[in-house]
Amino acid sequence: MQNSTEHYHQPDERGHFGPYGGRFVAETLMLPLQELDEAYQRYMKDPDFLAELDRDLKHYVGRPSPVYHAERLSRELGGAQIFLKREDLNHTGAHKVNNTVGQALLAKRMGKTRIIAETGAGQHGVATATVAARLGLECVVFMGSVDVARQAPNVLRMKLLGATVVPVEAASKTLKDAMNEAMRDWVTNVDNTFYIIGTVAGPHPYPAMVRDFQAVIGREAKLQMSELTGRLPDALIACVGGGSNAIGLFHPFIDDHDVLMVGVEAAGDGIATGRHSAPLSAGRPGVLHGNRTYLMEDEDGEIIETHSISAGLDYPGVGPEHAWLKDCGRAQYVSITDDEAMTGFHTLTRLEGIIPALESSHAIAYAMKLAPTLPSDRNILVNLSGRGDKDINTIANREGITL
Amino acid sequence: MSRISSKLLRLKQAGRKALIPFITAGDPHPEFTVPALHALVEAGADIIELGVPFSDPMADGPVIQKASERALAHKMSLRKVLELVREFRQTDTETPVVLMGYLNPVEAMGYPVFTDKAKEAGVDGVLTVDMPPEESEEFIALLTAVDIDPIFLLAPNSSAERIAKMGRLGRGYLYYVSLKGVTGASHLDLADVERKIGEIRSLTDLPIGVGFGVKNAEMAAAVSRLGDGVVVGSALVGKIEAAGENTDQALDEMTAMLRSMRAAMDA
Repeated sequence: MQNSTEHYHQPDERGHFGPYGGRFVAETLMLPLQELDEAYQRYMKDPDFLAELDRDLKHYVGRPSPVYHAERLSRELGGAQIFLKREDLNHTGAHKVNNTVGQALLAKRMGKTRIIAETGAGQHGVATATVAARLGLECVVFMGSVDVARQAPNVLRMKLLGATVVPVEAASKTLKDAMNEAMRDWVTNVDNTFYIIGTVAGPHPYPAMVRDFQAVIGREAKLQMSELTGRLPDALIACVGGGSNAIGLFHPFIDDHDVLMVGVEAAGDGIATGRHSAPLSAGRPGVLHGNRTYLMEDEDGEIIETHSISAGLDYPGVGPEHAWLKDCGRAQYVSITDDEAMTGFHTLTRLEGIIPALESSHAIAYAMKLAPTLPSDRNILVNLSGRGDKDINTIANREGITL
Repeated sequence: MSRISSKLLRLKQAGRKALIPFITAGDPHPEFTVPALHALVEAGADIIELGVPFSDPMADGPVIQKASERALAHKMSLRKVLELVREFRQTDTETPVVLMGYLNPVEAMGYPVFTDKAKEAGVDGVLTVDMPPEESEEFIALLTAVDIDPIFLLAPNSSAERIAKMGRLGRGYLYYVSLKGVTGASHLDLADVERKIGEIRSLTDLPIGVGFGVKNAEMAAAVSRLGDGVVVGSALVGKIEAAGENTDQALDEMTAMLRSMRAAMDA
């Protein structure tokens, strides 16, 4: 892996992206986080480790993932050309596996025998259970009980892979509560356990480490777009829950200032209703899950319940690097409602024969807004972060279809 | 000298150990809290740790998580916790009160506003579970400027370097988390605690409160022989949960437990 940016150097050595990030955890986790940081720093410079990672990404994950020119969609919209980075074609069906392969190799090198993870949509849980099965490691996945119900196919996949899925009943019973429970497990079993966080949030070094494992998306895309179009794309679009697929695409382009970067949050029923998951659009800075970032909270600093049709975006925080990219203006953050995402979902499915995840459908929906405002010689690259098979129950329920 | 330090000094001179109960403010409802604090003092509490409920209590086990949920269901908030402390102070100016909670409610209020309000209400110490000293220079300076003690956690895996750092930055006492786990866990090992406390004592002169996993009088007495104070939280809060609507029963059981701990520690 090469250092992908020349001028942009975030975070600092204590994990701060400007005022965001950091390491806000109870004392018992300070030593394990320090050990993890040391191992990560060391192995990211270790040629053997990097060679093993590259091999796994190629032969196990199926990388590089293609970039596909969605010509019919582009023609229909009548503006900029839309290209899709096909992370949905990865093994396990989403970008999440890029990171779990990396962290699992790290866990093995650190001598850990037990893997834990949190999951929302279940994609990260499946990607974690997958690599744990392959490496013969015990795997426990924490998942909010609301998400267990709405992502039943992924729950079964995790169990088939040998993982224990623990439904979390606390508070809103979604991703944030799963993350709390995973932290509680880690603090209890810290000696033999490696916590694979699935997004670019959490205490340092997770936001930087997960970003570095996901940056393979943007590095490939840069080369692929140059091959296909002879230049860099004019705009990048990716959905943002915690923000791992977005940062993975954006990061190698940060110093290419002509490339517009747009993160798409979940507006749920609409920002004005308060029922959404869009902290960058409508939240304010605070501290949760080990880092300072934008949060959805009430005036007393209690975290409020979020809503999105897509479980993977249903999270009240966001990775601290996105908070920083927003404040310094390098990336823009917009939001897309459940209804708009559904329109994006159906449009891509019908016009291109690609069924996108509901998370990724938010990025598609924003591309459908942006493309018509641009001339046809402009190129937009959308990160198609996952496939939609896992969402068929949600869609059937919403549209009154009995399976 | 702060109210906490002078209390711990007097106890030391008397050859006694501090009994430090924890309850969550507003659990099971806001009207319960102040009378409960007075009753705990009556039953032998030397210092009170008052939990500030938070929506995402990552370091707490199920008992204190549920206490937080009960309190939040009654719209408890950091502002209201400070009002409860002020009310407690109207009739008790002796017993130190330490607020224990998570950083985000304090961030939302703002450090200077919180510090001023806490001082005015009569708070003596602040223990913020998810705020290590590396991230809290500004907050520590504000607290110590108004003689509120910043209280830090130490864990079984804290390095000598970190213990020394907490010893320099902390005031009042250090809270030794006696096991790797969340509050209310049940695998406390006294030999391990004794070994680690020996190490901590070699690195700092601050008194040491020991908590996480103290469930009964026998354990309180055993732990009190090792540290300078014993923190008991989940065992008390569990009485509130078990009693449900019957808060008189909760109060009776909590004070009975504290009295038995006090007696065992002083025996």
